[in-house]
Amino acid sequence: MKYVDEYRDGALARKVAAAIAAAADPQRSYAFMEFCGGHTHAISRYGLEDLLPGNVRMVHGPGCPVCVLPIGRIDMAIALASRPEVTLCTYGDLMRVPGSRGSSLLRAKAAGADIRMVYSTLDALAIAQAEPQRQVVFLAIGFETTTPPTALAIRIAASKQLSNFSVFCNHVLTPPAIRGILDHPDVDAGAVPQLDGFIGPAHVSAVIGSNAFAEFAERFRKPVVVAGFEPLDVMQSILMLIQQVNDGRHQVENQYVRAVTPEGNQIAQAEVASYFELRDSFEWRGFGRVPASGLRLKAEYAAFDAERRFEIEEVSAPDNPACECGAILRGVKRPTDCKLFGTACTPETPMGSCMVSSEGACAAHWTYGRFRDHARRVA
Amino acid sequence: MSSRIKHRKLDLKDGRVDLAHGSGGRAMAHLIAELFQPSLDNDWLRRGNDQAAFDVAGGRMVITTDGYVVSPLFFPGGDIGSLAVHGTINDIAMSGAKPLYLSAAFIIEEGFPLRDLQRIADSMGAASRAAGVPVVTGDTKVVERGKADGVFITTTGVGVVPAGLDLSAQQAQVGDKVLLSGTIGDHGVAVMSQRQNLAFETSIVSDSAALHGLVAAMVAAAPQALRVMRDPTRGGLAATLNELAQQSGVGFRLDEQQLPVRPEVAAACELLGLDPLYVANEGKLVAVVAGDAADSVLAAMRAHPLGRDAALIGEVVEDDHRFVQMTTSFGGGRIVDWLSGEQLPRIC
Repeated sequence: MKYVDEYRDGALARKVAAAIAAAADPQRSYAFMEFCGGHTHAISRYGLEDLLPGNVRMVHGPGCPVCVLPIGRIDMAIALASRPEVTLCTYGDLMRVPGSRGSSLLRAKAAGADIRMVYSTLDALAIAQAEPQRQVVFLAIGFETTTPPTALAIRIAASKQLSNFSVFCNHVLTPPAIRGILDHPDVDAGAVPQLDGFIGPAHVSAVIGSNAFAEFAERFRKPVVVAGFEPLDVMQSILMLIQQVNDGRHQVENQYVRAVTPEGNQIAQAEVASYFELRDSFEWRGFGRVPASGLRLKAEYAAFDAERRFEIEEVSAPDNPACECGAILRGVKRPTDCKLFGTACTPETPMGSCMVSSEGACAAHWTYGRFRDHARRVA
Repeated sequence: MSSRIKHRKLDLKDGRVDLAHGSGGRAMAHLIAELFQPSLDNDWLRRGNDQAAFDVAGGRMVITTDGYVVSPLFFPGGDIGSLAVHGTINDIAMSGAKPLYLSAAFIIEEGFPLRDLQRIADSMGAASRAAGVPVVTGDTKVVERGKADGVFITTTGVGVVPAGLDLSAQQAQVGDKVLLSGTIGDHGVAVMSQRQNLAFETSIVSDSAALHGLVAAMVAAAPQALRVMRDPTRGGLAATLNELAQQSGVGFRLDEQQLPVRPEVAAACELLGLDPLYVANEGKLVAVVAGDAADSVLAAMRAHPLGRDAALIGEVVEDDHRFVQMTTSFGGGRIVDWLSGEQLPRIC
């Protein structure tokens, strides 16, 4: 496959791996967080751990939109879907995410709620147009990458005066989450492994630009390398991070130059700014309420805001106390540190959101990498 | 199934199935006589009994049954009718057996166009004639609108196993090799490309095919070397190998670079976020064979039109955890796990 296989070239990977091994200082260790679930998936899917020296460790970050959605928001979505007039349109990933008391959208669907899996906001719009008697609600989730399509859907709905379409908005922002990791009280308490740098998001950066990460290089003095989602992108960015650490630099570098500019996609940014505004705070799984980290529709588009249209109450529900998703999302714990991992919690019976999405740290490790745990135990 | 009743002809152009067609009365007799009988015609059906009688040779027989609910009913490279023939023949053939006869039961939704039903019956007839495996008895039921999705078909098949052959899922042994008869993912992607909410243009067609000819060639090449064969349908190659690992109490180690995947299929999977390892096939088989015979079986497969792209994709290894592991084309290792949840609904 042209323009894809080139970024998965095994021979080239061995060369980069050799360069990483040569660059990594054996006297120290390196811990880098890949923020994005897309990177987590690539690392696991291609077995990159096997290509890295033992003193270079990747820490999985919170950049999986399904994983950071708190239980309360799932409960709100189920409540919405349970209204007889509502057709809830959602991405398939969200169907199995556990809500309170063993609930999920999948179970609500089986119990009769009209919940439909879609692949894009445009599918939801098409359903709203085809079934004017139904109140079609699009369950919008995701970081800066998926927000512009939601904005576009609202633009189309407004221009067509679709009175039966609305959005349950759960869009969140990347920089406040990174800040949440670096500013978390656990860091000061020394409870968190030292992070030596970040692999910055790929698609998010294509929208918001690599400049958006400057504060982490300047204020927090952490190297950031924005990287593409292909395995060679990840390998190269790890090498770039190691070089920054070795040189004592902390800069934002852009490995993903084929898609990311310093300023990002300004048309997409303008589109988002037209329809969305910052919430004072938004609840994240694992982080609690993070200030200025989530978006909602502007007041002038309130008619398209499902939270306002259906006057649903904000709900907050506690995570399963044994589930370590929160700490895993902040990079404080590994999936295997959780007592539920692989016992009560598997992809078939997920207890926490990290085990649901293929971009979740637990699901990725379970699905692709758990053979290493057994190998380690034997050794 | 009788054809001697005089009546007004079925409107095969614009007519629709109604509840009377399943009531056991005259309308049902018309439907059978005018639609199913001509499409599937053979000596057994012509006798018009509620069962088919046939002579059996001595030896071991196999029987299998499978329900088909694919949506959409028609897809590039096939339809539910040909699929219901190929799928059941393949389940028979995976035992090494020669398939002999099929039965077919139709559950039809009220209002289903007769034209589509005829197209399906014709396709079934053509597939069964091409395979040399007749549909010798059948059943028709009609359910109320909304109680089925167009038409569901269940086919049962019987076959006879060549003397001395005993393939079974418990027999994979450490050191055995894993052979795959061709490219993976074609069927699932072809079906998916027709889904309303996914519609994309592609030249990919389903690989739906009857594999008993290929199997016969493999049996002829090295009958004693064949441990187990299976056709990787739902859940794809990944599900099949995980099942075999569990049943034989072994592990598998695959080499991703050896996995044949069409570039179009790889591209479609890339776009949709799917892994071809988990996408269904309807005309492929995976065989575990004794290591020393792998080359000769592979050569026999490649000499058959349905095995042209056959490849040696891995081997059986000792593993208490019964993992299917793969060396990725990138050089790292990963598990090829069971599919969690469903990747695609109703592909067969």
